[in-house]
Amino acid sequence: MDKFVKFSGIAAPMPLINIDTDMLIPKQFLKTIKRTGLGENLFFEMRYDSNGSLIKDFILNKDHYSSASIIVAGDNFGCGSSREHAPWALKDFGIKCIISTSFADIFFNNCFKNGILPIILSDDDREVLMEDANIVENSHMTIDLDNQKIIRKEGDSIDFDVDEFKKYCLLNGLDDIGLTLKNSQKIAEFEKKYSEQFSWA
Amino acid sequence: MAKRTLYDKIWDNHLIHSDNETSLIYIDRHLVHEVTSPQAFEGLRDAGRKVYAPHKTIAVPDHNVATTSDRLTNFGSEEGKIQLETLDKNAKEFGLNYYPVGDIRQGIVHIIGPEQGWTLPGMTIVCGDSHTATHGAFGALAHGIGTSEVEHVLATQTLIQQKSKNMKVEVTGALGLGVTAKDITLSIIGKTGTAGGTGHVIEYCGNAITDLSMEGRMTVCNMAIEGGARAGLIAPDEKTIEYVKGRPHSPEGEDWEKALKLWKTLYSDQGAFFDKELFLKAEDIAPVVTWGTSPEDVLSITDRVPDPNNFQGRKISAAKRSIEYMGLNPGDRLQDISIDAVFIGSCTNGRIEDLREVEKIVRGKRVKEGVRAMVVPGSGLVKKQAEEEGISATLIEAGFDWRMPGCSMCLAMNPDQLMPGERCAATSNRNFEGRQGRGGRTHLMSPAMAAAAAITGYLTDVRDL
Ligand code: SF4
Repeated sequence: MDKFVKFSGIAAPMPLINIDTDMLIPKQFLKTIKRTGLGENLFFEMRYDSNGSLIKDFILNKDHYSSASIIVAGDNFGCGSSREHAPWALKDFGIKCIISTSFADIFFNNCFKNGILPIILSDDDREVLMEDANIVENSHMTIDLDNQKIIRKEGDSIDFDVDEFKKYCLLNGLDDIGLTLKNSQKIAEFEKKYSEQFSWA
Repeated sequence: MAKRTLYDKIWDNHLIHSDNETSLIYIDRHLVHEVTSPQAFEGLRDAGRKVYAPHKTIAVPDHNVATTSDRLTNFGSEEGKIQLETLDKNAKEFGLNYYPVGDIRQGIVHIIGPEQGWTLPGMTIVCGDSHTATHGAFGALAHGIGTSEVEHVLATQTLIQQKSKNMKVEVTGALGLGVTAKDITLSIIGKTGTAGGTGHVIEYCGNAITDLSMEGRMTVCNMAIEGGARAGLIAPDEKTIEYVKGRPHSPEGEDWEKALKLWKTLYSDQGAFFDKELFLKAEDIAPVVTWGTSPEDVLSITDRVPDPNNFQGRKISAAKRSIEYMGLNPGDRLQDISIDAVFIGSCTNGRIEDLREVEKIVRGKRVKEGVRAMVVPGSGLVKKQAEEEGISATLIEAGFDWRMPGCSMCLAMNPDQLMPGERCAATSNRNFEGRQGRGGRTHLMSPAMAAAAAITGYLTDVRDL
C-alpha cells in the first residue's frame, strides 16, 4: 500500500445522507476479479443517464469537481454492503479522503485498507467544510494526517481524531497481513490453548 | 468477576492479544463466495501465501449464479462466468470445503452455513458479505468483512478488530396475527434508523424473540446490519441446540458434550452493562412495508405515504428524493399501491419456514394477472424439502415461477432483475435505489405480506386475506 502523505485537493460537497454502497458502485461492476478500473463507474447511476451520457448536474461531472480528491458527505456514508469495490472505485477515481459525521462500520474499515482516510467530524465542523466545498474558490483543502488537521483555504484548520494504529498503518503504508504474521508465535500459543477447550470448533 | 454480556464472553474466548484499541481475534469459520473473494486469493498467491486453515473455510457460489434450470451451462454473463470459474479454481487449489453449483447443498452462503452445521453457538464467523450477521441467531459472533480482511483471514485465521459497544433490543409480549420475524426486525430499524446501531453489536432478547423459531431468529439477526450494527446476537437455548444437533458438521460424542458445556455459559450476565437499550412491545408491531429507499423507511401497511416536510433536518430532502424515485405521492394509502413483481427469497427469507408461510396464503388462490412472481429457495436442500412437502406444487399451480437457489433478485447480479420503473414486493433486506435493477422500486416486507401482494396485485394487509 502507498504511504498516505499530506496532500491538497478539491473537495466535492455531497450532502445527501445515507449514501450507500449500491450508489457508490452498483452490482453490475462487482463481477470483476480485479481491484482496478472501477473509477469510471463510481456513482454510476447518478453520473450517467440511461444512454450512458454524463449527467451534467451531478457534482463530480462538473468541470471543477471532476478532479476532486476529497468528498464532504452527508451522515452515514457508505452504508450497505461489505463490497470493497466501493473504496476501490473511490480510490481509482482519485478520492483520498472522505469527511462526514458518521460512516458505516465495514466501509470505514475498508477505506483504511486501501489508503483512503475517512474523517469523522462534528456536525458543525462538517457544515463549515460543506460550505467551503460548495464554493469553488474555497473548495481547496489540505489534509494533514500526521498532525490530524484539515487546513482550509484561508489557512485556519479543523482538528480530527483518528485511531492510533490505523493512522500508523496509513502513514507507513503498512500491510495488515505482514503485521499480523509478526505475531504468529502468539497465534500459535493461542491456538494450542484454544484447541483444548474448543476441540469441537 | 465483572458482569459480561454475551458479546463480551465470545470476544474474550477469541481474543489473542490487544494493543490499546486494536485487538487480534481468532476466527472459527470463514465463509467465502465468488464476488468478494477473487482479489483476496490473488493477493494470497502474489505474496506466496497459503490458506491458513482450509478446513475452517467454506466456499459457495451464490450471488452470481443463474436461477434457471440450465444454469450449469448458461451463466447469464461472461464476467459472471469468469467469477464462478475463479471461485471453483480457488476452492479446489486451496482445498476448501466447497459446494459448487450442481451440488444439492449449494445455496446462499448464510443459509447453508447453519444448514450444514458449520454455524455453531459461541463461534466467531466472518464472510465477505454484510449479512453474515444472520449467523448471530445461534449466539455466534458473526459479521461481514471487506475483501482485504478476507485475505487477512485466509492468510492468518485471525482478524484485526476494535471491540464494539453493546446494545440490547428487548421485544416482549405476543405477536399479533399475521405479524412475523420480518416485521419485528423492520420495525426495530424503523425505530433506530440505519445508523442507530453503528459501532454496536446488538443482542436481541425478550420472549417475543425467544418464541421465534431458529428461522425467524435468523431473519431478525440478518437485518442487524441494516440497523447499522456490526452483528446481531441471540443467546443460544434449547431450540438452538435442537437445531444444530446432528447436522453434517456439528460435533459428536465427547466433543458434543464439551460443546454443550460451553454453550450453557453463553448468555449475558444479570446486570451486565449495555451502552444502548431499546424496548419494544410485540403488541405494537404491525405487518409493515417500506415506502422509501432506505430500510428505515418503515410503516404499518395501514398507513399512508408520508409527507417529507414532516421529517426533520436532512431527512426531509432524503425523503423527497425517495418518494420521487419510488413514484409515490405523499398521502397515498400504502394499500393502494399496485405492484408489478414479487420476489420471495434471499438470506433474510429464503428458508423452509418462509416458504411454508407463503404456501399458507397462496393455497387455492392465483397470482394476480400481470404480476411477475418469483420464488427462489435459499438452498438446494430448502428447494428439495419444499418440493417434498408439496409447497412448490401449490406455488407453481398458483402461478409462481419456481427457481433454482441463489441470491437472485435480492441484488440482481444475475439476470433476475427489475426493469426501470417496475415495482416489487420483496422479502429481501435492501430497498436502495437500483438494488433490484436500475430504476427498480422495492418494497420490503415479510413472506406472508409478499404472498398477499402477489394475489391482489397491491400492497396488502395480510390480515385481510
Ligand atoms: S441474498 Fe441478498 S443479502 Fe443475502 S447474501 Fe445474497 S445478495 Fe447478500
